[in-house]
Order: sequence, then structure tokens, then C-alpha cells
Amino acid sequence: MKAQREFIHNLKELPRDELLAPGSPMCAGCGGLLALRLLLKALDGNVVVVNAAGCLTLLAVYPFTPLRCSWLYTTMGSAAAGAQGIRDALDVLIAKGRLPAAEDLHVVVVAGDGSTLDIGLSSLSGAIHRGLDFYYLCYDNEAYGNTGFQMSSASPLGSQTATSPPTKAQPTGTMLQKKDIFEIWRAHHPPYIATLSTADPVDLAEKVRRSMQFRGPKLFTAFATCPPGWGYDPSQGHHIAKLALDTGVWPLKEATQGQVRHTYIPDRRRPVEDYICSQRRFNHLFSPRRQDVVLHQIQSSIDAYWNEVAQCEMPRLSTKRAIS
Amino acid sequence: MVSPPGTERRMMTGNAAAAWGARLADVDYVPAFPITPQTEIIEDLAAWFAEGAMRGKFITLDSEHSMITAAGAAAATGCRVLTATSSQGLLYGLEALYTVAGWRVPFVLVNVSRGLAAPITLEPDHNDVLAARDTGCIQIHAETCQEVLDSILFAHRIAEDPRVRLPVIVNMDGFYLSFTREPVEIPSMEQVRDFLPPIRSGPAEFRASKPMAQGVAVLGGALYSHFRHQTHLAARNALVVHAEAARDFADIFGRSYQLVDHHLLEDAEFVIVMAGSFATKARAAIEVLRAEGKRVGLLRLRMIRPWPATAVVAALAGRRGVAVIDQNLSPGLGGILFQEVAASVLPKSDCPGVLRSFVGGLGGKDISLAEFRHVIESLERARPGEVADSPELLYTEADWRQVQPLLKLAGAHESAIPAPEAQAKVVTA
Repeated sequence: MKAQREFIHNLKELPRDELLAPGSPMCAGCGGLLALRLLLKALDGNVVVVNAAGCLTLLAVYPFTPLRCSWLYTTMGSAAAGAQGIRDALDVLIAKGRLPAAEDLHVVVVAGDGSTLDIGLSSLSGAIHRGLDFYYLCYDNEAYGNTGFQMSSASPLGSQTATSPPTKAQPTGTMLQKKDIFEIWRAHHPPYIATLSTADPVDLAEKVRRSMQFRGPKLFTAFATCPPGWGYDPSQGHHIAKLALDTGVWPLKEATQGQVRHTYIPDRRRPVEDYICSQRRFNHLFSPRRQDVVLHQIQSSIDAYWNEVAQCEMPRLSTKRAIS
Repeated sequence: MVSPPGTERRMMTGNAAAAWGARLADVDYVPAFPITPQTEIIEDLAAWFAEGAMRGKFITLDSEHSMITAAGAAAATGCRVLTATSSQGLLYGLEALYTVAGWRVPFVLVNVSRGLAAPITLEPDHNDVLAARDTGCIQIHAETCQEVLDSILFAHRIAEDPRVRLPVIVNMDGFYLSFTREPVEIPSMEQVRDFLPPIRSGPAEFRASKPMAQGVAVLGGALYSHFRHQTHLAARNALVVHAEAARDFADIFGRSYQLVDHHLLEDAEFVIVMAGSFATKARAAIEVLRAEGKRVGLLRLRMIRPWPATAVVAALAGRRGVAVIDQNLSPGLGGILFQEVAASVLPKSDCPGVLRSFVGGLGGKDISLAEFRHVIESLERARPGEVADSPELLYTEADWRQVQPLLKLAGAHESAIPAPEAQAKVVTA
């Protein structure tokens, strides 16, 4: 079941202009890059990207940038504060009549999961709390990708990373559950939060457009497929992103003024194994021996999530449908 | 001296003087984070923005790391920015300080010096601000509350000069200046505008009509070396820009500032080199020692980055003895400023006959008259050309008498308590 759309109904309605030109040092099939490209398309111009250290930091390497918009690299831990400085300065200069309003910019933080969920969480929390009028894109490739794929607090249970290697003594690999950044954000009461997937660019663009109605923090976390880190052929990125949606691993949802709504609810979820067995980072769960306990744990946490969605949200959704 | 018209004279603390400096500079943006002993600065500024006496924005960030990032980003967008911190806060933001200096953006950071943890303490020494000496930020160290206010005006002018475009740190000592009231002249806004015109546009600011990338990555050492060296050259330019600013400042306000401050140097055989408010203690000691017939003078380091090598060499040339009293300690090496003074003067043919290193005033410990006397006497006793292999800690028997029972009370083993003669070099009556 897909949610009704107000702004972008199909791919043809996406702006044709590209703010992100081809030709960047990103890995082939980088999901984060595609998410950024689609987000910038939906914003449609006048953007300054404020970047935290991560894979996408290598987008702008002196003297080149593939971006047709502005860019500021800050630090790994303070991109949100960089956005605060630019936003405040633009506001002050416009208010004082020293800058025409036409020169105003959308301020967009682009940061990976390591920055967002770990080292930059305090800075981002502060910016959300202060009601900063900005966009935040977390490209979540579920590890410290740029440094060679070490475990972050977004790494999923049972995944292999360079610092959570499966061994005889610890065959699981990553033994912790992924941090729930959506709910951490929601606890701050920003006007708009959404999860994004490049497997559904219309949903992605629709959410960005919906968010543009609001003043304040507009926060996105995008499922960012990572061929070298996850271990799959770059041509399979879309397929894997779609499997993440269809197995329920990556829920597509938004929270408008705190009210959660799923924008895609798979009618019949595929078993998570379909998703897991597509990537080398989960190989150890099947070979040399099948780790049923972990596989069950992964599946049951997905089931629990969607059961709760069914209990909390489905009645509300069906009531809404009945009214409309 | 007659004050210029429009000037108001008030008793105020160093913190209040810093806030007044920001107000007179017509600062647009103040990102802040509280830390003792700096907090009064941002409290004053918060109140002035709230009541409309200052226009723009005051905002409390979530840390100094965020605060310095926001300050740099706002400066990169074209606002006049001032922020303030102290000690742990400066070090918490140190990564961001290197970053924004590399952006080549102008803003002013007031640091209120305080000893670094551990052990955690509140009173001043200069290890905090000297940890920032290699960032690319300019550093001005103030001795008085008046100099704090004046230096903030200097700092904005230097930072915003197209030849420099770097952040400037204005340093004052916690407690000794931050909480000490002194008479301070507050110039009129009109006078300040003559000295410090409105901020001019930088070569690169974030505008919808001019997309541009800033702070981008470089690959390879050749480019990195180029940009880092450009920062060095820009910092060196601050020597010239300071000199120009000092001329205008003297014309407009009637107060004169140099890169280094000379006190009774003309006929001085022995020179004490210091920075910050403890130089005032040295002045008092010098008055006493002069009355006893000793020809002693003071060289106070005001601008520490860029390092005013020429001015230091000129002031110390041909002296019989020079003592650098560092209010900081690089463990395993000694005083930091001693190294810099020595590197400047020792290669010169007319370098001082004796050059000695002392470490004093750590964590705000007093430097008493007896300790200054000890410093000068050790210069008198030293043989020309003698180089001490390690710095001497200024520490008195009185200090030791205070500390010894506390160590015992805390259960320190006898063997962990050094003998008095190893600890206290200075005997006080």
C-alpha cells in the first residue's frame, strides 16, 4: 500500500535540472550519491550543502566540484552547527538590509550515519532543538564507509564490518542493534522527518516537497546502498534497495509534527533472508554454518516493528480512508 | 591625558570590557557557550541583543566545537562575528578552530585563560590559549581591562583586513582580569567607526547568485602545503596590519599599542619577558627592585601570533640577562614562550649574555615579589653564556607549607612527597 501523493506523482514530475553533475570520485553505484542527487533535484536550486566528514566529502576535491550549488565542508562532528552559522548569517544580513532576499539559500546538511548517529549527534540535537530552518540528509550506508567500512551505531545486527568481523569466538559480526535515529529525531519534535529510499524516487521527492512547507528542521535519513562495504555488484543497488523495502528492513515513513505515517506498507513482506543473502556482509550467517538464532532475531525484530505499525497506525489509516 | 569627546570612563571587569568591545564593534552575530570564567561576557551580550542595544543574533550553541564552527560559517557568509570561551572549551573546539582558520574567515574569539584539567581548576595559566598557537589564528594577549576592550577593536580590524582574513583570539587572564574591575574608557560609536569601518565583503561568501565551494578537500601534499603556507603568510601580514591599526588607534583614541610592550627597558640590564595580566605583578616588582638600584625592565608580549621576532630581538639585544617567565608548561620540555624567545634571540650576535627559563603562575598561583627577586638574582649570579638545561619552577616555601599537609591529608605516601628543597626554590621571609 502506498500513501497518496500531493506534489510529485510520478518520475516525470521531477525537475529535469541537475544540481549534481556527473563525474565525481564516488564508488560506482553509491546509494548516498543518488539520494543526494534526488534530494537536490526536488529542492530545485539555491542550495548550500554543509558537509560532515564522510564518503561524500570527496565530492568536492580542489579545484573541482560536481555541484552546481554551494558547498562548505565543516568537520565530522559539527555540520549542523555550520548550517546554523550560515542560516543565521543569511537571516541577519537580510534583516539588516545588507543582502537582497533573492540571494537566500536552502541550507542542507549532508552527513553519513557515523556523523549523524555518533560523533555529530550532539551538534545535530542542538540544531533541531533550536528550531534551525534547514534540511538534513543522512546517507545511511550502515558503517564508517569512507574509512573502510568500520562499525557505526547504524550497523545492523549480524552484519560484518572491518571492526566487527565474525570469528569463531564471535560468529555474529555486529552484535548490537541499529540505533533508531528516526525516533531520536522525533523526540526533538521537529516539523518534519522522513526516511527515504532511492528505490522509490517519487516517494523521496514527494517527501522533500512536503517538507518544504515547514519552517524548522526537516530531517531525512536515506537508505544508502554501498557496493564495496556491503559486498554486491554495483548493478544490483536498485534491486537491493527494493528488497530492503519489500522485506520491511527499511520502512518508508514520515513524521509530520510528530505524527508518524508509513508511506509504503508492503502487503506481504518477503522474508528478510531474501535481502540478507544478497550481500557479502551477511555471508557468515549462512556459511560455514547457518546461524539460525541470529537470523531469527533479525526477522523477529522486523516482524515486531511491523506488528506495532499494524496496531498503532493501520487502524488510524483505515479510519482516514473510511472518512475520505 | 584628556579623553576624546564622547568617551565615558567606568569601572568594569575584563569580561564587561570584552562585551563592550563587541558592542562597539557592532558585531552582528554571537554564537555562545558558557564556561567559567568567560560566562559574563556572553551574559552581557545576550542581554544587549535581547533589549535591542545590539542588532543581529545571539545564540547559545551545544558546545564550543559547534560554537566555533557556527562562528566560522557565519563569518564565511559575511557577518561580523564574535564569540568567547575559556580553557576546556577552547580545547573542545580546537579541531573547529583549525578548520575555520583554514577557511580564511575573519572573526574574533575572546579566550579567558584558565588552567587545563586534570586536575580541574578555575584560575589562569596560558596552556589553553597556547594550545591554539598553531591553528592559524592571530593571538593578542591583554594585560589590562582597557587593553581587552581596545584589542577587540584591533582584532576585528586585523581579522577583516584582506591581507589577513584569519580569526583573531584576544586573550585575557581568568579572575585577574575577567573578574577584576579597573577603570576603562568606553569610546563613542563614532570614534570606533573611524577606526573600524563596517565589515567588507570577502572574496567568497554564500550567495544564491554565486554558487561556490569552500573548505574543500585537497589531494596530495603539494596543495595542502600551499594553502597552509598561505595561512602562514597571511598571519605574518598581521604584523604590518597591526602597525597601521596602532597608528590610527593612537590618533583616534590617544592610546598606543605595539606588538610588544616595553617597560623601563631603556637602561635595563636585566629584562623579564612575560605575557598577560601577571606582567602587572612584574611591573610592581620592578618598581621595588629599581628602588634598590637594580636596572630591571619588562618586555611584555602582546601579539604572540604572528610571533613578533624582530621586535623581541630588538628589545633584548645586548642585555646582560633575560628571564622568560612562562605561565604555561609543556611537560618534558618547559616553558613554551621561552623556546620561541630563545629561537629568536640566540642566533643573533648581540643576544643576551644570559637567557633563563622560569615557569610560574600555573593555575593562577601568585608570583610574589620574592619570586621576581629570585629571578633577577639568578640572572645576576649566572655566568655569561650559561644555558640552564631545564626551567625553574617558581614555587615558594609558603606555597609548599600550604600544599604539604593537604598531600598528607589525602594519604600521599611519604615517598611521593618531595623534599622541601626539591620543591621550593624561593625562600620567603
